[in-house]
Amino acid sequence: MITMEKTLLDLEPGMQGIIARFAGNPGFVRKLRTIGIREGKNLTVVTRHPLGGPVVIEVDGREVTLGRGMAVRVVVDVAA
Amino acid sequence: MKTVVLMGNPNVGKSGIFSRLTGTRVITSNYAGTTVDVSRGKTRLADGPAAVIDAPGTYSLAPTNPAEEVAAEILGEADVVVNVVDSTNLERNLYLTLETLERGVPAAVALNLWDEAGHQGITIDVDRLEELLGVPVVPTVGLSGQGIRELVERLGEARPSATIQPMSEEERWVAVGQITGEVQKIAHRHHTLADRLAEASIRPTSGIFIALAVIAAAFLAVRWIGEGLISFVFEPLFDLYTPIVMRASELLGPGILHDILIGRLIGGEIDYVESMGLLTTGLFVPFAMILPYIVAFYLILSILEDTGYLPRLATLADTFFHRLGMHGYGIIPVFLGFGCNVPGALATRVLETKKQRFIAATLMSLAIPCMAQIAMVFGVLGPFGLQYVVMVFVSLAVVYVAAGLILNRVVPGECPEIFLEIPPYRAPDLRATATKTWMRVRGFVGEAIPYLFLGILVVNLLYSVGFLDLLAAAFAPVMETWLGLPAGAAVALLVGFLRKDLAVGMLVPLGMSPEQLVIAVTMLTIYFPCVATFVVLLRELGARGMLAAAGVMVTTALLVGGALRVILIGF
Ligand SMILES: Nc1nc2c(ncn2[C@@H]2O[C@H](COP(=O)(O)OP(=O)(O)OP(=O)(O)O)[C@@H](O)[C@H]2O)c(=O)[nH]1
Ligand SMILES: [Mg+2]
Repeated sequence: MITMEKTLLDLEPGMQGIIARFAGNPGFVRKLRTIGIREGKNLTVVTRHPLGGPVVIEVDGREVTLGRGMAVRVVVDVAA
Repeated sequence: MKTVVLMGNPNVGKSGIFSRLTGTRVITSNYAGTTVDVSRGKTRLADGPAAVIDAPGTYSLAPTNPAEEVAAEILGEADVVVNVVDSTNLERNLYLTLETLERGVPAAVALNLWDEAGHQGITIDVDRLEELLGVPVVPTVGLSGQGIRELVERLGEARPSATIQPMSEEERWVAVGQITGEVQKIAHRHHTLADRLAEASIRPTSGIFIALAVIAAAFLAVRWIGEGLISFVFEPLFDLYTPIVMRASELLGPGILHDILIGRLIGGEIDYVESMGLLTTGLFVPFAMILPYIVAFYLILSILEDTGYLPRLATLADTFFHRLGMHGYGIIPVFLGFGCNVPGALATRVLETKKQRFIAATLMSLAIPCMAQIAMVFGVLGPFGLQYVVMVFVSLAVVYVAAGLILNRVVPGECPEIFLEIPPYRAPDLRATATKTWMRVRGFVGEAIPYLFLGILVVNLLYSVGFLDLLAAAFAPVMETWLGLPAGAAVALLVGFLRKDLAVGMLVPLGMSPEQLVIAVTMLTIYFPCVATFVVLLRELGARGMLAAAGVMVTTALLVGGALRVILIGF
């Protein structure tokens, strides 16, 4: 399968991807990983709130809300 | 005596297990960040009594907010750790488990929410997990108490893990993956209709409609239950009580004792709001005017908390709260604050930075009246027409938003974005809801009523020595010229520091117009928190933070009071 890298913020609601890596300091990476957002996990975008609002994703059957500034630093592999 | 510390990720059921172990009830709710401070209790282990500590939840031992700091610190006090783990989410929870075991403390693992794991088709090989971790592992259901006895028995075997050695962060993640892969099996699960409905409540458009409906329903339910309790329970009780106090009043005859116990008769009758006696107003205000709404509010709040709806509301509200210098979780202090500002102030600990906590705490003190005060506002202003009550709440809402917009600009510091786990929806457990409501109502009765009595006593004494008239005279210029209120309202405002509900009641005998009442009641909310909240805020914000907050409060109160006067009364 051909994949391409996108940031989580570029994914439209309903789209899926595999978490590739994070762009950020170790504290940020740890914060994401310890809540369950880890490299290699399958991720689905549940919704993206308008007006700069947060993104809601689902990983391992759990939903997590995160701000756009964080979402843009999550790099995801999606089917091209 | 040994100290057992309960550690675990947020919302995994630590507080539920704590209640089971100690018999001491603590608040549990279906969202991360319910417990923000330690609770202590006692239990009996096989080798004697032990102290038990319930810590706030944390994802790792590297804290990101004050609640998590508390958790990381308290680990130092532990002789034994009970690591409570969410069985439906083993992989994520194991990171903290490994971090804890690496510290070399004797530990046991409680695989909590075992019932839900079963429902979701998740199986965990408990024996194998025990081998890998090198400490006892016991499946538990905190809600029903299943497995708690075995947990207590096996705490005797708790010792430092022989299999888990200190490792680097990357190694730890590898270990987490390996262990999970070896012990856990998940039956594949498809999206159900229920999942789709649940998602509707977190999507922008459908979510807003659902939120409005939920909030309207909650508001109506509180009013309806509160009014029902008043007209079918408390008023009939006081009808039976009136002849008894009247008789007592005759027996006592006029004098200071009569003034203190019964208060002033109004037209030869007892007026439960205005008489200001301990046995009249002192009982009627808390029991017949406030308590019914407290019961109603906490019942509805418990249901909202236990379903898991609040984090979804926080997500929907995030965009808005972000403009005010917080993020969506700032809605938790607001909800708790409507019950009582004290837990509301404590709940600001779920916010990450000082700036966010300062704004959340200041805005709550400014513009979120507690239920006791709200009940009195409805009781006092309601008879003039609901539009006056609406004026108060609209003014407060404007203050909340305007002050938030300004504080966000002028307060230095960071505003990190929302980062929040959404818990699964759960049907509230009837017993758990009832117990929680009861705990909070009992808290109100135990704390509010002594203060109310004290307040009434102090007011009576100060009146009789003429101090309050002096005070009123001193504040007359501000009150009369700036706010358009009678000088006596100053006394009520000052009593508001003791109890705001009582202060609202004290406005009644002043014979003000409803417009004046609106101004006075709004001022009363904004100008300063009550003493109980003040003490907590002082601790949470520090002396400097509190001073700054107080400055904001007094300034806002004077500005808003003056503006309302111009709008409602004219010059
Ligand atoms: N079905 C089920 N629900 C549980 C169980 N244990 C706890 N709960 C529910 O899970 C929610 C969280 O429980 P708490 O005890 O507040 O969790 P906590 O770990 O103390 O949470 P924080 O203080 O926020 O870290 C509550 O709604 C409980 O009723 C369990 O074993 N089974
Ligand atoms: Mg707790």
